[in-house]
Amino acid sequence: MESIYLLIPVSVILVFGIAVAFWWSVRSGQFDDLEGPGFKVLMDEDLPLSEKPASDVGDSSKV
Amino acid sequence: MSGTKTTYNDKVVRQFAVMTVIWGIVGMLVGVIIAAQLVWPELNIGWLHFGRLRALHTNAVIFAFGGSALFATSYWVVQRTNHTRLWGGPLVPFTFWGWQVVIVLAAITLPLGITQAKEYAELEWPIDILITLVWVSYAVVFFGTIAKRTVSHIYVANWFFGAFIIAVALLHLVNSAAVPITLTKSYSAYSGVQDAMIQWWYGHNAVGFFLTAGFLGMMYYFVPKQAGRPVYSYRLSVVHFWALIFTYMWAGPHHLHYTALPDWTQSVGMVFSLILLAPSWGGMINGIMTLSGAWHKLRDDPILKFLITSLSFYGMSTFEGPMMAIKTVNALSHYTDWTVGHVHSGALGWVAMVSIGSIYYLLPKLFGKTEMYSTKLVTTHFWIATIGTVLYIASMWIAGVMQGLMWRAVNADGTLAYSFVESVKGSYPFWAIRWLGGVLFLSGMLIMAYNMFKTMAGGKIEDVPVNLPVAHHA
Repeated sequence: MESIYLLIPVSVILVFGIAVAFWWSVRSGQFDDLEGPGFKVLMDEDLPLSEKPASDVGDSSKV
Repeated sequence: MSGTKTTYNDKVVRQFAVMTVIWGIVGMLVGVIIAAQLVWPELNIGWLHFGRLRALHTNAVIFAFGGSALFATSYWVVQRTNHTRLWGGPLVPFTFWGWQVVIVLAAITLPLGITQAKEYAELEWPIDILITLVWVSYAVVFFGTIAKRTVSHIYVANWFFGAFIIAVALLHLVNSAAVPITLTKSYSAYSGVQDAMIQWWYGHNAVGFFLTAGFLGMMYYFVPKQAGRPVYSYRLSVVHFWALIFTYMWAGPHHLHYTALPDWTQSVGMVFSLILLAPSWGGMINGIMTLSGAWHKLRDDPILKFLITSLSFYGMSTFEGPMMAIKTVNALSHYTDWTVGHVHSGALGWVAMVSIGSIYYLLPKLFGKTEMYSTKLVTTHFWIATIGTVLYIASMWIAGVMQGLMWRAVNADGTLAYSFVESVKGSYPFWAIRWLGGVLFLSGMLIMAYNMFKTMAGGKIEDVPVNLPVAHHA
């Protein structure tokens, strides 16, 4: 099973990569708030420009 | 950033969204043709016989239809959730045109019989190199955009899209390693059972990352948006992500049960496949429960119907998959139409439906409309697609179990009770039902195309300014 000699190192390197990504994300506070992001994504407007009041262009403060 | 003229790059999203529908029709039409060829063998004409068109079908639906849907939605989501314009300048249009060239080359070379003969990786080496260039550009654009985000938090959908992009790059590079002989012929760098192991390490992870992680990214954005409610548990979505990517990579050997692959490798594959049930169902429940307390929205919102039904099929096929990976079950199901039914439960029910729902969400927004030209037609599409999927899956279940039982049946003296061709003969009615299911699903896509062009007609294409993150105003 020589292919294992390729696939296992690839997987080990990958898992290390994933672990580093996980470590970074925890340390940099990505998961400090596990409620807010779910709501924030709903507060974006994605209506076309023409649908918005003129004063609101480029600003989502009305939400 | 208030007052600046930074806008979202929606042109590329528009291009990929429209091509999703076009390639969907093409890929599914080829699927309907090859399904018909099984029922009426006289339809196998010249180059256009089952053996060559089958690879064209899989490549077209996975990489052309599914790929375009992933490009469109990931480019939309990464801009919206990170509150920034797509980064990468000319690399952005290159990903679109490069990907279209890959698809056209596939449509030319596969019927000509130019193939590496690796399932889902049939394209020959020059096309593989082009795929690599497009994919690296995609990664640069996607991660470049995340790097210049104006919010600190990276929304969970981006994590899924990011994992999908990195994993597919890795899988493609390892599996497509080959020694070129001529422009149109190469030999795999691996041989025999080693090649089989590499191939299914690629093949199953293509299912896991191309057809699952990417589409989960889609789900985590479009389900909450369309439902107007936050995802059921954001915490669970984060756990879902890390659990899935830490455990996915080793399920591949279940494609090689009872082959020359060492027994222990098969068992490892089986165990990892069983483990996958947990994160898969976590994600499925998280998506469906997003509607908790607002189930009435399902009644008259066909886009939500598509999205939630896709999650139901995702749950079904991620239960069926680990079950079929158990060796004793696999002894019955392997090489039968049950496998084909399982794949299409995922492909039609999950991948296609979540893509269709997401594209229906995007189209009006991309063309300056508030909703699709006809919501009624979206509802019609939903029911036709659902009936088509159910016909397809149910007929393949019956045909598959029947084939498995016939192949293993032995007489008292130990001889086989049925010849192979008897199982073929018994399968005909179910192949006809499968073909009908495919025709229905394809008809739904044609309705979608009509609805799309009507929505596009007279639509205003305007650059939309980047929204400020909400938190700045709170």
